[in-house]
Amino acid sequence: MTDLTLAPPRSPWRDATTRLRRNRAAVASAVILGMIALACVFGPMLSGYELDAIDWEKIQTPPDADHWFGTDGNGRDLLVRVLTGGRISLALGIAATLVAVAIGVTWGALAGYLGGTIDALLMRIVDVLYALPFMFFVILLMVFFGRDPVLMFVALGAVSWLDMARIVRGQTLSLKRQDFVRAAQAMGAPTRQVVMRHIVPNLMGPVVVFATLTVPQVILFESFLSFLGLGVQEPMTSWGVLISEGAETMQASPWMLVFPTLFLATTLFCLNFIGDGLRDALDPRDH
Amino acid sequence: MFSYAARRLASAVPTILVVITIAFFMIRLAPGGPFDQERQVPPEVAANLERAYHLDEPLTAQFVRYLGNVLTGEFGPSFRYRDFSVSELLADGFPISMQLGVSAMILAIVIGFSAGSLAALRRNTASDMAVMGVAMTGIAVPNFVVAPIMTLVLGVWFALLPVGGWGGINHAILPVLALALPQIATIARLTRGSMLEVLRADFIRTARAKGLSEYATVTGHAMRAAALPVLSYLGPATAGIITGSVVIEQIFGIPGIGRYFVQGALNRDYTLVMGVVIFYAVLIILLNLIVDLLYPLFDPRVRHD
Repeated sequence: MTDLTLAPPRSPWRDATTRLRRNRAAVASAVILGMIALACVFGPMLSGYELDAIDWEKIQTPPDADHWFGTDGNGRDLLVRVLTGGRISLALGIAATLVAVAIGVTWGALAGYLGGTIDALLMRIVDVLYALPFMFFVILLMVFFGRDPVLMFVALGAVSWLDMARIVRGQTLSLKRQDFVRAAQAMGAPTRQVVMRHIVPNLMGPVVVFATLTVPQVILFESFLSFLGLGVQEPMTSWGVLISEGAETMQASPWMLVFPTLFLATTLFCLNFIGDGLRDALDPRDH
Repeated sequence: MFSYAARRLASAVPTILVVITIAFFMIRLAPGGPFDQERQVPPEVAANLERAYHLDEPLTAQFVRYLGNVLTGEFGPSFRYRDFSVSELLADGFPISMQLGVSAMILAIVIGFSAGSLAALRRNTASDMAVMGVAMTGIAVPNFVVAPIMTLVLGVWFALLPVGGWGGINHAILPVLALALPQIATIARLTRGSMLEVLRADFIRTARAKGLSEYATVTGHAMRAAALPVLSYLGPATAGIITGSVVIEQIFGIPGIGRYFVQGALNRDYTLVMGVVIFYAVLIILLNLIVDLLYPLFDPRVRHD
């Protein structure tokens, strides 16, 4: 007689976590990204240099023992500037993504769940907005209303929610027909409660994946704006600003271009790999 | 087909109206007027200026006037380039921007599609990994970084190509390449994914089963189906290239619309900036329409009737 031993039950989330852990590119990216984030948050405090402190002995000098990343044209320590710039770039990326998630999920879930005329109207608005050259409007906002970081992340978030709304609507449409949602409706749960308790939690998979892929886009947008001189302003800095400064003096002082580019590109690489890994982990079909 | 095109054109009208409305009211809401200058002008002169530009009329009248002007292709005078109208500046810059953009687009489609197909057909080989590695780099490294580095290496160190300006083909190589790179990367990734899916489809199995050569199967059947996602990406790609041209024209000092836009933005040349936004919005809407009309040629399941 043999004992039938069952494997312990596994939830879909645990399944996904296991699959994600097996994805080496994603795990390595998460570790590297974590280190970059920690360095950006705590590095400036530990470095012993101020963001705007000028070392008069060393103006635009290559990396040495005192200034590991060298100094910029004003004799400011580039390591501190790259790390502080990273704070801004990462914070803007995350904040704008949260704005995009909030608008996109609400919009898409409402359209998908309510259906009918409201759905048609909401998605028509998305279609109209889709056709607009968004970066130009963000640039206009920055020109007309000043280069305020808060305005910038609201603007970047406000232009990044369209894809999210479409994805969420599609998911909601299929969730709506599932038995547990029908059961909740049959028991008389109000619409608000059905959406918040039953629909939105089940949307989390695709939303997390898409949010991870939105962060690098927003960071890229931010650096694009800053590169044009329309983003973050002195004495604050961001990777885009530093790359812009570096590109101007690239021949005389390549380190000023190399270090911020390295941080920006690595971060974008990692976020893309993590996003791809999450998508594969949460969507077990076909992999 | 024609009725579909007509309907789509009709539905583009509200979109364009939205663009013009947003543009108009953004000018109005912007702090500071166009004639705020360092030098104080006497009140009579200021009043005359306002009258000349119709700024003294009620807002609705101004809006209707602006709308009418824009519909006839008149975007008003530039606030900074004093002797030019915005339309003249657009007419000046557009041919250059268009050459740049169209070349970059063709390059992106040809290279991106071939590289993506190659990667899918040689899945998990060295060439697949090479293509995808380069594509990932193309997505992660912004073109405003790639452009200066290419200029430094090819233009300054090896002195093969001019580093800026606009003239012969030599001047176009670096900017077109820099503009196309991110799109090449995206199209290659897109093509690889869709090609892998198509190669597993039943009609490909049928093609193989009836004894077609691998070459005929791929070129005759797989490529057309794999091109569909690329075709629907052409709209966003155009928007991407137009946005990219802003920064690329600035870096290489190319006198196109993108450069006017940045200069206008930095100089608070409101009418110029608005003109560019409206012009490009209409262009993008029309290009999206063309892509949708082309769709049935590639996918017989889609019909516009």
